[in-house]
Amino acid sequence: MVKQKWGDRLGTGFIWAIPLTITAIFLWIIGDVFWHGLGQINWQFLFTAPIDAGRSGGIAPILVSTAWILLICMGVSLPLGIGTAVLLVEFSDIKTGFGQLIRRSLDTLAGVPSIVFGLFGNALFVKVFGLGFSILSGGLTLACMVLPLLIRSTEEGLRAVPQSYRLGAASLGISQTKTLWHLILPAAMPGFVAGFVLGIGRAIAETAALIFTSGYVDRMPSSWLDSGRSLSIHIYDLAMNISNGNANAYGTATVLITLLLMINALTSWIGATWTNHHFKF
Amino acid sequence: MHLNPDLILLWLVRGLGTISAILVLLILLFLFKEAFPVLREVGIGAFFFDAVWQPTKGKFNLLPMILGTLWTTLGAMILATPLGILSAIFCQFYAPDFLAKLYRRLLELLAGIPSVVYGFWGLLVLVPMINRIQPPGASVLAGILILTLMILPTIALIADASFAKVPTSYLTGSQALGISQWGMVWGVAVPAAKSGLMTAGILATGRALGETMAVLMVCGNVVKTPTGLFDPVRTLTANIALEMAYALGDHRSALFVSGLMLMVVVIGLIAVAEWVVAEGKNYG
Repeated sequence: MVKQKWGDRLGTGFIWAIPLTITAIFLWIIGDVFWHGLGQINWQFLFTAPIDAGRSGGIAPILVSTAWILLICMGVSLPLGIGTAVLLVEFSDIKTGFGQLIRRSLDTLAGVPSIVFGLFGNALFVKVFGLGFSILSGGLTLACMVLPLLIRSTEEGLRAVPQSYRLGAASLGISQTKTLWHLILPAAMPGFVAGFVLGIGRAIAETAALIFTSGYVDRMPSSWLDSGRSLSIHIYDLAMNISNGNANAYGTATVLITLLLMINALTSWIGATWTNHHFKF
Repeated sequence: MHLNPDLILLWLVRGLGTISAILVLLILLFLFKEAFPVLREVGIGAFFFDAVWQPTKGKFNLLPMILGTLWTTLGAMILATPLGILSAIFCQFYAPDFLAKLYRRLLELLAGIPSVVYGFWGLLVLVPMINRIQPPGASVLAGILILTLMILPTIALIADASFAKVPTSYLTGSQALGISQWGMVWGVAVPAAKSGLMTAGILATGRALGETMAVLMVCGNVVKTPTGLFDPVRTLTANIALEMAYALGDHRSALFVSGLMLMVVVIGLIAVAEWVVAEGKNYG
């Protein structure tokens, strides 16, 4: 009995040690980036172009390119994602064959490595569509990548809408299209917003899928067909290919992590407001 | 003719759904289309039995990179699986509620850190530390440690969710029998959550196999079969990322072959995960 008690205590100690270690490493990574990076950040850094391959100067064109890539990514994936989620939830009579097929292929899509998305984007958008290394190619590639995430979140939003809404509307003889537009979609809004924010978070963190779709060019893009460098590629390039690029890489990483933390806070705020005001009208 | 808006809506979402559904097929199709020229020319055997990887000279031995991917993934799984599952056990059975919530948030944040930031930190902090033990520092070990950090949240969060699904009656029942906390966790909760834990491991393996930027930045990228933990190594993904920018003709085609290999393995893993989930439902 005594022996078992000691074993239990040892086990408990071990189990507390692991989260403590992981928390420490997390703080180490974030702390290291902010410690070296915060000093780099000022208006000049955010609003001027990189000088000398990024060793000095700022990241203005990179912020603009990143924003364009995200805009295209979300602009394409949002209608696709919402349409697919509506199909999966609201027209569930086809749950049997087609619905299952879509679900299965989305599960697979969610597991495809980002570098493979990059290869695909290069083969289809860059070569076959002839878009070249461009913001458009990069945005379209990322749209394919965030799609499963977006659909999952929108689906959850739609499923959270009480069935009584649909039945009530149907009993009043309101058409399915009107029910969807005036009743279901507004009620499922938190799901779309959460999916939108999660999708942006995933897309802004991506590097491998962009290297050979949106390309490396660090000039201010003048159109969607220009190559544009994202924040994440800028960090990679400064760290790996540019000697003495680390200071500005830290600065860029600080900007990227700050954006991600803001996105994360926004997501949990949406989650919290959603559960608190759950369909109180 | 009167057009029924409900019918238009149905066909609209069917159309959009079809596009989403065929994306995976499109990816496979285009990988195969680009890989086909070199596969037809030299056959699949060349990728395993050629003397070296010199794609511009028609030598396509991918084996060092395949082994690189294999060792780093295997190492990371060996470290991350127990750590992730124990993290989940902490959240479910040991931590007070507020700490469990806090730790879950932290794991979500860890999962959201971009791989390029992990790689950057690894390059500037981890690699110099390993270099002090044994040069050059950029090594299999560095890759394993970074990958462990990256896939641990995946394992922990899925394991946590599957522990939460274990019926409370199992746990209260075992407590009523006077079994210790440790005994309850390992004797009751872990076996009951088995299929969820296996799914966590499989999905994390897929992530580790496909991870590119972080391993590219810390592994040294030398094309040579590693003989120890401190040897530099190049993974399949890093090879694609490094060479795709200038690859032409057969070289480019060969890189698509390696992408196709990754894709096939990942599809296989997902199929196994689905099978495990289905089995779990049958016997759970």
